Amino acid sequence: MQVTKHYSATSRLLHWAMALLLISMLFLGLSMVQSLAVWQVEAVALHKSFGVVALILVVIRLINTWRNVSPSLPNELSQLQRLAASITHIGLYIAMLLMPLSGWLMQNADGRVVNVFGLFSLPNLIAVDIRYFAFFREVHALVAWVFLMLIFMHISAALYHGLIKSDGVFSSMFKGK
Amino acid sequence: MIKVTRSNKPAISVFRVCALAASMSVFATATLYFAGVFNGDKVTAQAFVDLQQGSTVHAGFRRAHAKGLCVSGNFESTGLLSAYSTATVFKQGSTPFIGRFSIAGNNPTAPDLKAPVRSLAFVVNTATEDEWRVAMNTPPVMAVATPDAFYKQLQALSPDPATGKRDPAKISAFFKAHPESKAFNQWKAGYTPANSFATEQYNSINAFYLHNAQGEKQAVRWQAVPSMSEHEVAVLDKQSPDALQQQLISQIEKQPVRFDLKFTLADSNDDENNPTIPWPSSREVINAGSLVITGWGFQNEGACGAQNFDPLVLPKGMSATADPILRARGAAYAQSYRRRATETLLNKSKTSQEGAGDASN
Repeated sequence: MQVTKHYSATSRLLHWAMALLLISMLFLGLSMVQSLAVWQVEAVALHKSFGVVALILVVIRLINTWRNVSPSLPNELSQLQRLAASITHIGLYIAMLLMPLSGWLMQNADGRVVNVFGLFSLPNLIAVDIRYFAFFREVHALVAWVFLMLIFMHISAALYHGLIKSDGVFSSMFKGK
Repeated sequence: MIKVTRSNKPAISVFRVCALAASMSVFATATLYFAGVFNGDKVTAQAFVDLQQGSTVHAGFRRAHAKGLCVSGNFESTGLLSAYSTATVFKQGSTPFIGRFSIAGNNPTAPDLKAPVRSLAFVVNTATEDEWRVAMNTPPVMAVATPDAFYKQLQALSPDPATGKRDPAKISAFFKAHPESKAFNQWKAGYTPANSFATEQYNSINAFYLHNAQGEKQAVRWQAVPSMSEHEVAVLDKQSPDALQQQLISQIEKQPVRFDLKFTLADSNDDENNPTIPWPSSREVINAGSLVITGWGFQNEGACGAQNFDPLVLPKGMSATADPILRARGAAYAQSYRRRATETLLNKSKTSQEGAGDASN
Protein backbone atom coordinates (compact mmCIF):
# COMPACT_ATOMS: atom_id res chain seq x y z
CA MET A 1 0.00 0.00 0.00
CA GLN A 2 1.14 3.47 -0.87
CA VAL A 3 2.39 5.41 2.14
CA THR A 4 1.57 9.11 2.13
CA LYS A 5 2.92 11.59 4.62
CA HIS A 6 1.12 14.60 3.26
CA TYR A 7 -2.32 15.47 2.03
CA SER A 8 -2.55 16.25 -1.68
CA ALA A 9 -2.50 19.84 -2.88
CA THR A 10 -6.24 19.58 -3.67
CA SER A 11 -7.01 18.30 -0.18
CA ARG A 12 -4.94 21.05 1.43
CA LEU A 13 -6.52 23.76 -0.70
CA LEU A 14 -10.02 22.50 0.14
CA HIS A 15 -9.15 22.24 3.83
CA TRP A 16 -7.75 25.76 4.22
CA ALA A 17 -10.30 27.44 1.95
CA MET A 18 -13.12 25.81 3.88
CA ALA A 19 -11.48 26.60 7.24
CA LEU A 20 -11.44 30.28 6.34
CA LEU A 21 -14.96 30.21 4.89
CA LEU A 22 -16.61 28.18 7.65
CA ILE A 23 -15.11 30.04 10.58
CA SER A 24 -16.08 33.35 8.94
CA MET A 25 -19.60 32.03 8.35
CA LEU A 26 -20.00 30.83 11.94
CA PHE A 27 -18.79 34.13 13.39
CA LEU A 28 -20.93 36.13 10.96
CA GLY A 29 -23.94 33.96 11.78
CA LEU A 30 -23.55 34.45 15.51
CA SER A 31 -23.36 38.23 15.17
CA MET A 32 -25.92 38.84 12.42
CA VAL A 33 -28.79 37.18 14.31
CA GLN A 34 -28.35 39.80 17.02
CA SER A 35 -27.29 42.84 15.08
CA LEU A 36 -29.63 45.73 14.35
CA ALA A 37 -26.95 47.45 12.26
CA VAL A 38 -27.52 48.61 8.67
CA TRP A 39 -25.12 45.99 7.29
CA GLN A 40 -27.31 43.18 8.63
CA VAL A 41 -29.37 42.92 5.42
CA GLU A 42 -26.32 42.41 3.19
CA ALA A 43 -24.76 40.11 5.82
CA VAL A 44 -27.74 37.75 5.69
CA ALA A 45 -27.68 37.75 1.87
CA LEU A 46 -23.95 36.97 1.82
CA HIS A 47 -24.37 34.32 4.52
CA LYS A 48 -26.91 32.51 2.33
CA SER A 49 -24.79 32.80 -0.83
CA PHE A 50 -21.61 31.59 0.87
CA GLY A 51 -23.62 28.84 2.56
CA VAL A 52 -24.35 27.43 -0.89
CA VAL A 53 -20.62 27.72 -1.73
CA ALA A 54 -19.87 25.78 1.47
CA LEU A 55 -22.39 23.07 0.52
CA ILE A 56 -20.81 22.66 -2.93
CA LEU A 57 -17.32 22.57 -1.41
CA VAL A 58 -18.18 19.90 1.16
CA VAL A 59 -19.59 17.65 -1.56
CA ILE A 60 -16.39 18.09 -3.64
CA ARG A 61 -14.38 17.47 -0.50
CA LEU A 62 -16.17 14.25 0.43
CA ILE A 63 -15.59 12.92 -3.10
CA ASN A 64 -11.95 13.98 -2.88
CA THR A 65 -11.50 12.31 0.52
CA TRP A 66 -13.11 9.12 -0.71
CA ARG A 67 -10.91 8.99 -3.83
CA ASN A 68 -7.60 9.76 -2.14
CA VAL A 69 -5.53 8.00 0.51
CA SER A 70 -5.19 10.09 3.64
CA PRO A 71 -1.90 10.04 5.56
CA SER A 72 -2.13 7.61 8.46
CA LEU A 73 -1.69 8.73 12.05
CA PRO A 74 1.65 8.00 13.82
CA ASN A 75 1.90 4.53 15.34
CA GLU A 76 2.54 5.78 18.86
CA LEU A 77 -0.93 7.35 19.12
CA SER A 78 -3.13 5.62 21.69
CA GLN A 79 -6.41 3.96 20.77
CA LEU A 80 -8.24 6.72 22.63
CA GLN A 81 -6.50 9.44 20.60
CA ARG A 82 -7.30 7.63 17.36
CA LEU A 83 -10.94 7.30 18.39
CA ALA A 84 -11.10 11.00 19.36
CA ALA A 85 -9.54 11.96 16.03
CA SER A 86 -12.00 9.93 13.97
CA ILE A 87 -15.04 11.06 15.97
CA THR A 88 -13.98 14.70 15.55
CA HIS A 89 -13.40 14.26 11.83
CA ILE A 90 -16.72 12.51 11.23
CA GLY A 91 -18.44 15.14 13.39
CA LEU A 92 -16.87 17.94 11.38
CA TYR A 93 -18.08 16.44 8.12
CA ILE A 94 -21.60 15.94 9.50
CA ALA A 95 -21.64 19.56 10.70
CA MET A 96 -20.35 20.77 7.31
CA LEU A 97 -23.34 19.06 5.67
CA LEU A 98 -25.98 19.90 8.28
CA MET A 99 -25.22 23.63 8.46
CA PRO A 100 -26.02 24.54 4.85
CA LEU A 101 -28.84 22.00 4.57
CA SER A 102 -30.63 23.21 7.73
CA GLY A 103 -30.09 26.80 6.60
CA TRP A 104 -31.62 26.11 3.20
CA LEU A 105 -34.58 24.21 4.66
CA MET A 106 -35.33 26.80 7.38
CA GLN A 107 -35.52 29.45 4.64
CA ASN A 108 -37.91 27.28 2.63
CA ALA A 109 -40.09 26.57 5.68
CA ASP A 110 -40.44 30.35 6.14
CA GLY A 111 -41.46 30.65 2.47
CA ARG A 112 -38.16 32.21 1.39
CA VAL A 113 -36.06 31.41 -1.65
CA VAL A 114 -32.28 31.07 -1.26
CA ASN A 115 -30.64 33.26 -3.88
CA VAL A 116 -26.94 32.90 -4.67
CA PHE A 117 -25.12 36.22 -5.24
CA GLY A 118 -28.08 37.42 -7.30
CA LEU A 119 -27.14 34.90 -9.98
CA PHE A 120 -29.53 32.02 -9.46
CA SER A 121 -31.89 30.58 -6.88
CA LEU A 122 -32.13 27.19 -5.23
CA PRO A 123 -35.40 25.28 -5.50
CA ASN A 124 -37.69 25.24 -2.45
CA LEU A 125 -37.61 21.68 -1.12
CA ILE A 126 -40.26 21.70 1.60
CA ALA A 127 -43.66 23.19 2.33
CA VAL A 128 -44.07 26.47 4.20
CA ASP A 129 -44.72 25.49 7.83
CA ILE A 130 -43.84 27.29 11.05
CA ARG A 131 -43.10 23.96 12.77
CA TYR A 132 -40.61 22.93 10.10
CA PHE A 133 -39.07 26.39 10.41
CA ALA A 134 -38.70 25.97 14.17
CA PHE A 135 -37.07 22.55 13.75
CA PHE A 136 -34.51 23.59 11.13
CA ARG A 137 -33.86 26.96 12.80
CA GLU A 138 -33.00 25.23 16.09
CA VAL A 139 -30.93 22.57 14.29
CA HIS A 140 -29.02 25.37 12.54
CA ALA A 141 -28.21 27.05 15.87
CA LEU A 142 -27.43 23.86 17.78
CA VAL A 143 -25.17 22.44 15.07
CA ALA A 144 -23.38 25.81 14.86
CA TRP A 145 -22.34 25.51 18.52
CA VAL A 146 -21.38 21.83 18.21
CA PHE A 147 -19.42 22.78 15.07
CA LEU A 148 -17.53 25.52 16.93
CA MET A 149 -16.66 23.06 19.71
CA LEU A 150 -15.44 20.49 17.18
CA ILE A 151 -13.34 23.15 15.43
CA PHE A 152 -11.91 24.13 18.81
CA MET A 153 -10.97 20.49 19.49
CA HIS A 154 -9.61 20.06 15.98
CA ILE A 155 -7.35 23.13 16.15
CA SER A 156 -6.22 22.19 19.68
CA ALA A 157 -5.25 18.70 18.56
CA ALA A 158 -3.55 19.99 15.40
CA LEU A 159 -1.47 22.49 17.36
CA TYR A 160 -0.69 19.87 19.99
CA HIS A 161 0.73 17.67 17.25
CA GLY A 162 2.47 20.59 15.55
CA LEU A 163 3.91 22.44 18.51
CA ILE A 164 4.38 19.77 21.13
CA LYS A 165 4.58 16.33 19.53
CA SER A 166 6.17 17.48 16.23
CA ASP A 167 5.13 14.09 14.82
CA GLY A 168 4.22 15.15 11.29
CA VAL A 169 0.44 15.19 11.80
CA PHE A 170 0.29 18.98 11.61
CA SER A 171 2.64 19.28 8.65
CA SER A 172 0.65 16.66 6.72
CA MET A 173 -2.03 19.33 6.21
CA PHE A 174 0.19 22.39 6.49
CA LYS A 175 2.66 21.72 3.73
CA GLY A 176 3.36 19.50 0.74
CA LYS A 177 6.11 16.99 0.26
CA MET B 1 3.64 16.52 32.40
CA ILE B 2 4.25 15.84 28.72
CA LYS B 3 6.24 12.77 27.75
CA VAL B 4 8.66 13.19 24.92
CA THR B 5 8.52 9.87 23.12
CA ARG B 6 11.17 10.50 20.49
CA SER B 7 14.67 11.00 21.77
CA ASN B 8 15.78 13.00 18.74
CA LYS B 9 13.19 15.72 19.40
CA PRO B 10 14.10 18.73 21.50
CA ALA B 11 12.48 19.13 24.87
CA ILE B 12 9.15 20.90 24.81
CA SER B 13 9.67 24.55 25.38
CA VAL B 14 7.41 26.56 27.64
CA PHE B 15 7.05 28.89 24.68
CA ARG B 16 5.35 26.20 22.57
CA VAL B 17 2.91 25.29 25.32
CA CYS B 18 2.10 28.97 25.74
CA ALA B 19 1.64 29.38 21.97
CA LEU B 20 -0.88 26.53 21.99
CA ALA B 21 -2.77 27.97 24.95
CA ALA B 22 -2.71 31.47 23.45
CA SER B 23 -4.03 30.27 20.07
CA MET B 24 -6.93 28.47 21.68
CA SER B 25 -7.72 31.46 23.88
CA VAL B 26 -7.88 33.67 20.80
CA PHE B 27 -10.31 31.28 19.10
CA ALA B 28 -12.51 30.97 22.18
CA THR B 29 -12.49 34.72 22.79
CA ALA B 30 -13.36 35.43 19.14
CA THR B 31 -16.27 32.99 19.38
CA LEU B 32 -17.60 34.69 22.51
CA TYR B 33 -17.04 38.12 20.96
CA PHE B 34 -19.12 37.30 17.89
CA ALA B 35 -21.73 35.62 20.08
CA GLY B 36 -22.19 39.00 21.75
CA VAL B 37 -20.87 38.12 25.21
CA PHE B 38 -18.96 41.41 25.40
CA ASN B 39 -21.79 43.49 23.92
CA GLY B 40 -22.68 45.02 27.28
CA ASP B 41 -25.74 47.24 26.97
CA LYS B 42 -25.74 47.34 23.17
CA VAL B 43 -29.26 46.99 21.81
CA THR B 44 -29.62 43.63 20.06
CA ALA B 45 -32.55 41.97 18.32
CA GLN B 46 -32.92 39.80 21.44
CA ALA B 47 -33.02 42.83 23.77
CA PHE B 48 -35.57 44.46 21.51
CA VAL B 49 -37.87 41.47 21.45
CA ASP B 50 -37.43 40.99 25.22
CA LEU B 51 -38.69 44.54 25.71
CA GLN B 52 -41.59 44.02 23.30
CA GLN B 53 -42.76 40.76 24.86
CA GLY B 54 -42.73 42.25 28.37
CA SER B 55 -42.82 40.26 31.58
CA THR B 56 -45.75 38.04 30.56
CA VAL B 57 -44.81 35.93 27.56
CA HIS B 58 -47.73 34.87 25.39
CA ALA B 59 -46.20 31.66 24.10
CA GLY B 60 -46.75 30.92 20.43
CA PHE B 61 -47.74 34.52 19.59
CA ARG B 62 -45.95 37.35 17.85
CA ARG B 63 -44.04 39.51 20.31
CA ALA B 64 -45.46 42.62 18.74
CA HIS B 65 -48.90 43.04 17.17
CA ALA B 66 -49.96 39.75 18.75
CA LYS B 67 -53.66 40.21 18.10
CA GLY B 68 -54.91 40.15 14.55
CA LEU B 69 -57.29 38.78 11.97
CA CYS B 70 -56.40 37.04 8.71
CA VAL B 71 -57.75 38.32 5.42
CA SER B 72 -57.30 37.31 1.81
CA GLY B 73 -58.08 38.61 -1.63
CA ASN B 74 -56.43 39.94 -4.76
CA PHE B 75 -54.12 42.79 -5.53
CA GLU B 76 -55.48 44.30 -8.74
CA SER B 77 -52.53 46.11 -10.27
CA THR B 78 -53.10 49.14 -12.50
CA GLY B 79 -49.73 48.54 -14.15
CA LEU B 80 -48.82 52.20 -13.58
CA LEU B 81 -45.87 51.35 -11.37
CA SER B 82 -44.26 48.97 -13.88
CA ALA B 83 -42.39 51.92 -15.44
CA TYR B 84 -40.56 52.19 -12.11
CA SER B 85 -40.20 48.56 -11.06
CA THR B 86 -39.74 45.25 -12.81
CA ALA B 87 -41.57 43.44 -9.97
CA THR B 88 -44.18 41.09 -11.44
CA VAL B 89 -46.76 42.18 -8.86
CA PHE B 90 -46.86 45.67 -10.46
CA LYS B 91 -47.61 44.40 -13.96
CA GLN B 92 -51.21 45.00 -14.90
CA GLY B 93 -53.26 42.10 -13.61
CA SER B 94 -54.30 40.32 -10.47
CA THR B 95 -52.17 38.66 -7.77
CA PRO B 96 -53.69 36.80 -4.81
CA PHE B 97 -52.54 37.89 -1.35
CA ILE B 98 -52.77 36.78 2.27
CA GLY B 99 -53.07 39.63 4.75
CA ARG B 100 -53.50 40.45 8.39
CA PHE B 101 -55.07 43.34 10.28
CA SER B 102 -53.64 43.75 13.75
CA ILE B 103 -53.28 46.03 16.73
CA ALA B 104 -50.07 47.05 18.47
CA GLY B 105 -49.08 45.26 21.67
CA ASN B 106 -47.95 41.86 22.89
CA ASN B 107 -51.28 40.67 24.28
CA PRO B 108 -53.25 38.43 21.90
CA THR B 109 -56.50 39.07 23.81
CA ALA B 110 -56.15 42.84 24.34
CA PRO B 111 -59.24 44.97 23.67
CA ASP B 112 -59.18 46.16 20.05
CA LEU B 113 -60.13 49.75 20.78
CA LYS B 114 -57.40 50.45 23.36
CA ALA B 115 -54.45 50.02 21.00
CA PRO B 116 -52.70 53.20 19.86
CA VAL B 117 -51.56 51.76 16.52
CA ARG B 118 -53.29 49.56 13.94
CA SER B 119 -51.62 47.63 11.14
CA LEU B 120 -52.19 45.99 7.82
CA ALA B 121 -49.69 43.44 6.54
CA PHE B 122 -49.82 41.34 3.42
CA VAL B 123 -47.75 38.94 1.33
CA VAL B 124 -47.86 38.01 -2.36
CA ASN B 125 -46.07 35.33 -4.38
CA THR B 126 -44.86 33.43 -1.33
CA ALA B 127 -41.98 30.96 -1.74
CA THR B 128 -40.95 32.51 -5.06
CA GLU B 129 -38.35 35.09 -6.11
CA ASP B 130 -41.22 37.53 -6.64
CA GLU B 131 -42.31 37.33 -3.01
CA TRP B 132 -43.18 40.66 -1.40
CA ARG B 133 -43.96 41.04 2.29
CA VAL B 134 -45.47 44.29 3.47
CA ALA B 135 -46.03 45.54 7.02
CA MET B 136 -47.83 48.88 7.30
CA ASN B 137 -48.93 50.93 10.30
CA THR B 138 -51.28 53.84 10.95
CA PRO B 139 -48.55 56.45 11.72
CA PRO B 140 -47.00 57.91 8.55
CA VAL B 141 -43.58 58.46 10.15
CA MET B 142 -41.40 57.10 12.94
CA ALA B 143 -40.78 59.19 16.05
CA VAL B 144 -37.06 58.46 15.85
CA ALA B 145 -34.55 57.47 13.20
CA THR B 146 -32.32 54.81 14.78
CA PRO B 147 -32.88 51.44 16.46
CA ASP B 148 -31.17 52.68 19.64
CA ALA B 149 -33.50 55.65 19.94
CA PHE B 150 -36.49 53.43 19.09
CA TYR B 151 -35.49 51.07 21.89
CA LYS B 152 -35.36 54.02 24.31
CA GLN B 153 -38.75 55.16 23.05
CA LEU B 154 -40.26 51.74 23.80
CA GLN B 155 -38.60 51.82 27.23
CA ALA B 156 -40.07 55.25 27.95
CA LEU B 157 -43.53 54.09 26.83
CA SER B 158 -43.41 50.82 28.80
CA PRO B 159 -45.55 50.70 31.93
CA ASP B 160 -43.67 50.96 35.20
CA PRO B 161 -43.33 47.40 36.59
CA ALA B 162 -44.29 48.62 40.10
CA THR B 163 -47.42 50.62 39.25
CA GLY B 164 -48.38 48.97 35.94
CA LYS B 165 -48.89 52.47 34.54
CA ARG B 166 -46.99 54.60 32.07
CA ASP B 167 -44.90 57.39 33.50
CA PRO B 168 -45.86 60.68 31.75
CA ALA B 169 -42.71 62.41 33.02
CA LYS B 170 -40.53 59.74 31.42
CA ILE B 171 -42.45 59.97 28.16
CA SER B 172 -42.23 63.76 27.88
CA ALA B 173 -38.54 63.67 28.82
CA PHE B 174 -37.95 61.21 25.99
CA PHE B 175 -39.73 63.30 23.36
CA LYS B 176 -37.99 66.47 24.61
CA ALA B 177 -34.64 64.76 24.10
CA HIS B 178 -35.70 63.71 20.58
CA PRO B 179 -36.81 66.75 18.57
CA GLU B 180 -36.88 64.56 15.44
CA SER B 181 -40.16 63.19 16.82
CA LYS B 182 -41.94 66.46 15.96
CA ALA B 183 -43.73 65.19 12.85
CA PHE B 184 -44.76 61.98 14.61
CA ASN B 185 -46.22 63.90 17.54
CA GLN B 186 -48.03 66.29 15.22
CA TRP B 187 -49.62 63.31 13.48
CA LYS B 188 -50.51 61.79 16.85
CA ALA B 189 -52.17 64.98 18.09
CA GLY B 190 -54.35 65.15 14.99
CA TYR B 191 -55.13 61.42 14.69
CA THR B 192 -58.58 60.09 15.48
CA PRO B 193 -58.84 56.31 15.28
CA ALA B 194 -61.24 55.28 12.54
CA ASN B 195 -64.38 53.30 13.32
CA SER B 196 -63.08 50.36 11.33
CA PHE B 197 -59.93 48.60 10.20
CA ALA B 198 -61.45 49.14 6.74
CA THR B 199 -61.33 52.94 6.96
CA GLU B 200 -57.84 53.51 8.37
CA GLN B 201 -54.87 54.62 6.30
CA TYR B 202 -51.82 52.39 6.60
CA ASN B 203 -48.29 53.54 5.79
CA SER B 204 -45.08 51.83 4.74
CA ILE B 205 -43.33 54.43 7.00
CA ASN B 206 -39.86 53.40 5.76
CA ALA B 207 -38.82 54.14 2.19
CA PHE B 208 -37.80 51.52 -0.38
CA TYR B 209 -36.27 51.62 -3.85
CA LEU B 210 -38.03 50.59 -7.02
CA HIS B 211 -35.77 49.39 -9.85
CA ASN B 212 -36.89 49.45 -13.47
CA ALA B 213 -35.67 47.60 -16.56
CA GLN B 214 -33.39 50.54 -17.48
CA GLY B 215 -31.51 50.08 -14.21
CA GLU B 216 -32.86 53.30 -12.69
CA LYS B 217 -33.93 53.46 -9.08
CA GLN B 218 -36.59 55.54 -7.42
CA ALA B 219 -37.15 55.96 -3.66
CA VAL B 220 -40.78 55.51 -2.62
CA ARG B 221 -43.08 55.28 0.34
CA TRP B 222 -46.61 53.99 0.04
CA GLN B 223 -49.94 54.19 1.72
CA ALA B 224 -52.97 51.91 1.71
CA VAL B 225 -55.89 54.33 1.29
CA PRO B 226 -59.39 53.00 2.07
CA SER B 227 -62.06 53.39 -0.56
CA MET B 228 -64.84 53.22 2.02
CA SER B 229 -65.70 56.24 4.14
CA GLU B 230 -66.50 56.33 7.85
CA HIS B 231 -70.29 56.73 7.44
CA GLU B 232 -70.50 53.63 5.21
CA VAL B 233 -69.10 51.14 7.70
CA ALA B 234 -71.12 48.80 9.88
CA VAL B 235 -71.83 49.68 13.51
CA LEU B 236 -68.97 49.16 15.93
CA ASP B 237 -69.84 47.34 19.17
CA LYS B 238 -67.70 49.47 21.46
CA GLN B 239 -68.24 47.14 24.43
CA SER B 240 -66.66 44.15 22.71
CA PRO B 241 -62.94 43.46 23.17
CA ASP B 242 -62.95 42.19 19.56
CA ALA B 243 -64.92 45.15 18.23
CA LEU B 244 -62.70 45.87 15.23
CA GLN B 245 -62.41 42.23 14.22
CA GLN B 246 -66.17 41.58 14.44
CA GLN B 247 -66.92 44.73 12.52
CA LEU B 248 -64.42 43.88 9.77
CA ILE B 249 -65.82 40.35 9.42
CA SER B 250 -69.36 41.66 8.94
CA GLN B 251 -68.03 44.22 6.49
CA ILE B 252 -66.18 41.65 4.36
CA GLU B 253 -69.20 39.34 4.37
CA LYS B 254 -71.33 42.18 3.01
CA GLN B 255 -68.97 43.31 0.26
CA PRO B 256 -65.24 43.32 -0.56
CA VAL B 257 -63.15 45.81 1.41
CA ARG B 258 -60.84 47.82 -0.82
CA PHE B 259 -57.68 49.86 -0.38
CA ASP B 260 -55.72 51.69 -3.04
CA LEU B 261 -51.95 51.25 -2.78
CA LYS B 262 -50.63 54.74 -3.46
CA PHE B 263 -46.91 55.20 -3.97
CA THR B 264 -45.26 58.57 -3.30
CA LEU B 265 -42.11 59.22 -5.35
CA ALA B 266 -39.30 60.98 -3.49
CA ASP B 267 -37.47 63.79 -5.21
CA SER B 268 -33.89 64.88 -4.67
CA ASN B 269 -34.84 67.01 -1.64
CA ASP B 270 -36.18 64.03 0.30
CA ASP B 271 -34.02 61.86 2.53
CA GLU B 272 -35.20 58.31 1.95
CA ASN B 273 -33.05 57.08 4.82
CA ASN B 274 -34.79 59.14 7.47
CA PRO B 275 -38.21 57.77 8.48
CA THR B 276 -39.05 60.70 10.81
CA ILE B 277 -39.60 63.31 8.10
CA PRO B 278 -42.81 63.31 6.03
CA TRP B 279 -42.45 64.05 2.35
CA PRO B 280 -44.33 67.07 0.99
CA SER B 281 -47.82 66.38 -0.34
CA SER B 282 -46.77 67.94 -3.65
CA ARG B 283 -44.73 64.83 -4.53
CA GLU B 284 -45.97 62.69 -7.40
CA VAL B 285 -48.31 59.92 -6.27
CA ILE B 286 -48.99 56.79 -8.35
CA ASN B 287 -51.85 54.41 -7.70
CA ALA B 288 -50.23 50.98 -8.04
CA GLY B 289 -53.50 49.13 -7.69
CA SER B 290 -56.11 47.94 -5.22
CA LEU B 291 -56.08 45.42 -2.45
CA VAL B 292 -59.49 43.80 -2.73
CA ILE B 293 -60.26 41.85 0.44
CA THR B 294 -62.83 39.13 -0.01
CA GLY B 295 -62.06 36.56 2.68
CA TRP B 296 -61.18 36.35 6.36
CA GLY B 297 -60.12 33.81 8.98
CA PHE B 298 -59.14 33.68 12.63
CA GLN B 299 -55.39 33.83 12.99
CA ASN B 300 -55.12 30.42 14.71
CA GLU B 301 -56.81 28.83 11.68
CA GLY B 302 -56.01 31.21 8.87
CA ALA B 303 -52.91 31.25 6.71
CA CYS B 304 -51.65 34.58 8.10
CA GLY B 305 -51.12 33.29 11.64
CA ALA B 306 -47.82 31.57 10.96
CA GLN B 307 -46.62 34.21 8.50
CA ASN B 308 -43.60 36.38 9.32
CA PHE B 309 -44.32 39.75 7.67
CA ASP B 310 -40.66 40.77 7.47
CA PRO B 311 -40.72 43.89 5.27
CA LEU B 312 -37.20 43.15 4.05
CA VAL B 313 -38.48 40.26 1.94
CA LEU B 314 -38.68 42.14 -1.34
CA PRO B 315 -39.30 40.99 -4.90
CA LYS B 316 -36.88 41.47 -7.77
CA GLY B 317 -37.37 45.09 -8.80
CA MET B 318 -37.41 46.40 -5.22
CA SER B 319 -34.75 46.88 -2.54
CA ALA B 320 -34.23 48.34 0.91
CA THR B 321 -32.97 51.87 1.47
CA ALA B 322 -30.23 52.48 4.04
CA ASP B 323 -32.85 53.62 6.59
CA PRO B 324 -31.44 52.24 9.88
CA ILE B 325 -34.91 51.51 11.30
CA LEU B 326 -35.90 49.53 8.21
CA ARG B 327 -32.67 47.56 8.28
CA ALA B 328 -33.12 46.69 11.96
CA ARG B 329 -36.52 45.15 11.29
CA GLY B 330 -35.25 41.92 9.70
CA ALA B 331 -33.31 40.69 12.73
CA ALA B 332 -36.05 41.74 15.16
CA TYR B 333 -38.84 40.03 13.16
CA ALA B 334 -36.65 36.92 12.84
CA GLN B 335 -36.15 36.79 16.60
CA SER B 336 -39.86 37.13 17.35
CA TYR B 337 -40.62 34.52 14.69
CA ARG B 338 -38.03 32.09 16.02
CA ARG B 339 -39.40 32.32 19.56
CA ARG B 340 -43.03 31.69 18.65
CA ALA B 341 -42.10 29.06 16.07
CA THR B 342 -40.16 27.04 18.64
CA GLU B 343 -42.98 27.44 21.17
CA THR B 344 -45.42 26.23 18.53
CA LEU B 345 -43.24 23.22 17.69
CA LEU B 346 -42.90 22.31 21.37
CA ASN B 347 -46.65 22.86 21.84
CA LYS B 348 -46.10 25.45 24.52
CA SER B 349 -48.66 27.87 23.17
CA LYS B 350 -51.56 28.40 25.50
CA THR B 351 -54.98 27.32 24.28
CA SER B 352 -57.44 30.13 24.22
CA GLN B 353 -61.07 30.11 23.16
CA GLU B 354 -61.10 33.77 22.25
CA GLY B 355 -61.34 35.19 18.78
CA ALA B 356 -57.67 36.00 18.93
CA GLY B 357 -56.95 32.30 18.65
CA ASP B 358 -54.19 30.20 20.11
CA ALA B 359 -51.19 28.72 18.41
CA SER B 360 -48.92 29.93 15.67
CA ASN B 361 -49.94 33.55 15.57
